[in-house]
Amino acid sequence: MSRIGGLGRRLYNGEVSIDFVGRKRLWYIISGVILLVCLLALVFRGLNLGIEFRGGASFTIPNATCSVEQARSVGESQSGAQVIVTQSANGSVNVQTEPVTPDQSLVIASSLAKACGVSQEDIKAQVVGPTWGAEISKKALQGLLVFLLLVTIFLSIYFEWRMAVAALVALAHDLVITIGIYAVTGLEVTPATVIGLLTILGYSLYDTVVVFDKVKENTRGITGQSILTYNDAANLAVNQTLVRSINTSIVALLPVLAIIIVGAGFLGAGTLLDLAVALAVGMAAGAYSSIFIATPFLAQIKSRQPEMRALTGRVMARRKQTASTLAAEGGTAAVLTDTNVPSGPRQQPKRQPRSRRTR
Amino acid sequence: MAPTTGTKPLRLLITLAIVVVGLAVWAFWPGTDHGIRLGLDLQGGTQVILQPKPITPGATITEDQLQQTVAIIRQRVDGLGVSEAEVTTQGSGDGAAIVVSVPGVSQDRLLSLVQRTALLDFRPVWGLYGPASATAAPQPIASPSVSVSPSATPTSSATASATASASASPSGRALKLVTSPSASSSASSSASSSASSSVSGTPVPSQSAAPTQLIQSKDNSAEYQAKVAALDCQLPQNYAGGRPDDPTLWLGTCERTGSTKYNLQPAFIKGTNVTGATATLPQNGVGWTVSLTFDSDGAKALADASNQLTQLPECGGAGANPCNAFAIVLDGVVVSAPRFNEPILGGQAEIQGNFTAQEAKDLASILKYGALPVTLEAVDITTVSPTVGSDQLRAGILAGLIGLALVMIYLLIYYRMLGIIAVLSLVIAGLITYLLFIVLSKSVGLTLTLAGVAGAIVAIGITADSFIVYFERIRDEIRDGRSLRVACDTGWVRARRTLLAADFVSILAAAVLYFLSVGSVRGFAFVLGMTTIIDLVVAFLFTHPLVVLLGRNSWMQKGSRWTGLDPSRLGGASVLGTITGSRRRRQGEESA
Repeated sequence: MSRIGGLGRRLYNGEVSIDFVGRKRLWYIISGVILLVCLLALVFRGLNLGIEFRGGASFTIPNATCSVEQARSVGESQSGAQVIVTQSANGSVNVQTEPVTPDQSLVIASSLAKACGVSQEDIKAQVVGPTWGAEISKKALQGLLVFLLLVTIFLSIYFEWRMAVAALVALAHDLVITIGIYAVTGLEVTPATVIGLLTILGYSLYDTVVVFDKVKENTRGITGQSILTYNDAANLAVNQTLVRSINTSIVALLPVLAIIIVGAGFLGAGTLLDLAVALAVGMAAGAYSSIFIATPFLAQIKSRQPEMRALTGRVMARRKQTASTLAAEGGTAAVLTDTNVPSGPRQQPKRQPRSRRTR
Repeated sequence: MAPTTGTKPLRLLITLAIVVVGLAVWAFWPGTDHGIRLGLDLQGGTQVILQPKPITPGATITEDQLQQTVAIIRQRVDGLGVSEAEVTTQGSGDGAAIVVSVPGVSQDRLLSLVQRTALLDFRPVWGLYGPASATAAPQPIASPSVSVSPSATPTSSATASATASASASPSGRALKLVTSPSASSSASSSASSSASSSVSGTPVPSQSAAPTQLIQSKDNSAEYQAKVAALDCQLPQNYAGGRPDDPTLWLGTCERTGSTKYNLQPAFIKGTNVTGATATLPQNGVGWTVSLTFDSDGAKALADASNQLTQLPECGGAGANPCNAFAIVLDGVVVSAPRFNEPILGGQAEIQGNFTAQEAKDLASILKYGALPVTLEAVDITTVSPTVGSDQLRAGILAGLIGLALVMIYLLIYYRMLGIIAVLSLVIAGLITYLLFIVLSKSVGLTLTLAGVAGAIVAIGITADSFIVYFERIRDEIRDGRSLRVACDTGWVRARRTLLAADFVSILAAAVLYFLSVGSVRGFAFVLGMTTIIDLVVAFLFTHPLVVLLGRNSWMQKGSRWTGLDPSRLGGASVLGTITGSRRRRQGEESA
């Protein structure tokens, strides 16, 4: 572990630097491929919506003594339509039917109870009308839009609109990937999944806010010097918060993994498991995007600003000059040309204002 | 740059202690409930989500209609006698939903109870009696001895209001009705109940409110009359309502405060015939009145009935069966029983009776919406058996403990001494969460659902996140060459800003989710928002002061690999570090 601490030191001082911002094209391509797969799966496979969204009835029979086939035949004869029967690891059988009336559902439940050797009381039943799912989806979408609007306003005030845009791009990235995973794997989408997705909204932004806060700190008064470009400062910020990002992601994922283990091992499919799967995917994507997408994207749109362009020009001119003077002096030239790669202790931006003050 | 002053760790810790002790005292105050209220998915029971739809297509549902519907459903569910039954609304307008949760009641029973429309009808009164169940009179209704006494007072009051009405509104716009003595006007009903109280005046409250069958019959038979006579209107279950009557049959029932008993003929107007009802304060009027309008069928029935009833004697008098009054019956109990002053031919009527504004408004809304203002569609019915519920609760707790343990182990290994502070912070956060659940359970009726448990588990990671942000900041400060003591403060100043911004986003997400969503999403959002705030409280009042105290400890300042803040390992304030630092600074000066 102390080795990670040492890595933290070297990352902080810039002795070790991963060029997150500079290699943005690579990250964009990786993300682009993942997003493409997700979108294709969404378009061609679609989502496996749970009964809460399409209407229907679900009966979970704990400790069922009947086989899947028996449950299927009972369900189909009683509901008069195809049913989906699944069996989970803990021995419970789940039967899902097309939309039925409440009265029908009682008949189905009692037949299933008889066939599977349990009392009707023990069956967990849910009957959902076909229009209710549309209502839930509408609400979720409304919530999403209101949240995005509010958070854009907040981030624009707290940071600036460019950071808000970059954070939202990263957020959209995470959401598409998470939804896409559901399309790819065919996991059922339930209201719990939606809860998970909505939580990712907050979590993904939380991660991004922490990184951007460091970027903001590193780039304060950046136009007053000519050593660091915005890209360099942003990249240093990502490197400096890298250990924190890894730690927080691990710590956030640990409880979620605990839910998945317990959910899969003891409960079978259900609220907890659905929620945890969405969270696990979303949190992983959120950690990735705050480092590999949000900051490079921010640096990209920031660099288009006239004052940042001017800064980059100054820095480049200066580096060329330093390199040539040092080359004339000979000796250390090799080390110093390295400054073209944004790394090295001298690019500690926090020291910069102080050095200017002492002048 | 270095605000080393300002932090008074002991004061902050004492503040936290007061908060925690205060919560604990509130939570475990003797004589109150110490448990966390569990949702249906954790304790078993039935939950029905009802979506109200306007009766006329295209109309919108008003807040009034929604509240009226909820009130009617709540009345019915309370009739079940199950404690902890819940009726709540979520959302508003066309997207509104009514959630009915009843532990331990089967699906069919709950559905039949909540989904049927409330029944409002108008019935001519055949006989009217005081609250006490008549004793052994063989044919009580016919018998003139049955609590005739109250009639004297009410009749006089009725006449008084009748004359008042005659002089009050000569406009002729609406033909008048005058409330009969024992109707909803509280003054007169209390008068009649006190006058007749040969038995105890106050109704005996009964907890075992087993719903009883309504007394109904095809005709006014002796057997039926005997049953009516035996009806005790002082028992709450007999005037609680929630039992719809068959309008084509005779009905023996109570007034809704239990003050009066009625024998009622089959209905002559149904609630659906009422097209409008408003509470109005007439010019020069003595009290509030309720104006009614009827559709053409209702107007015709009203005209016929009023023609007949005005010929009849005053209700309550000896042998006055049938008599001149009609009862407005909602879900099986009498809401009001006015008498006709004159035949009403225009389909418009006004009920007078010295109502207060509130009474008139209530009566008007019952008349208008009595036959449920909306139709209800059961859009989601969930039944969970108690065993499955407790299994889910156990799994949730297990997952939470495993998650908590994993996070604690990770923090201890990675942050050493600081890790212990982080673990303690998590314990404190968990304690506050637990206490708040109890407090909110009893104060605002918060119920913990499976989604809420999931929210709490997810919050473990998010809470630990904020400690990591802080600790990494301290390490950064040490790497910058600051002493441990200073680093704890400056690191906090920076981490605090980050934490506030990041937690604000989380709280924003939770608030938006809470206010805009329905069903289980709300429970999750509430818990997530609550734990985010707890996270901030713990970070400000516990983690930070403890770290500052630790920073003043000489062992920590000496630096050791077990502190988690060893400068030589972090690569900060070592001698070499200082030299390179100053060299860097010199280089900076040269280059600038």
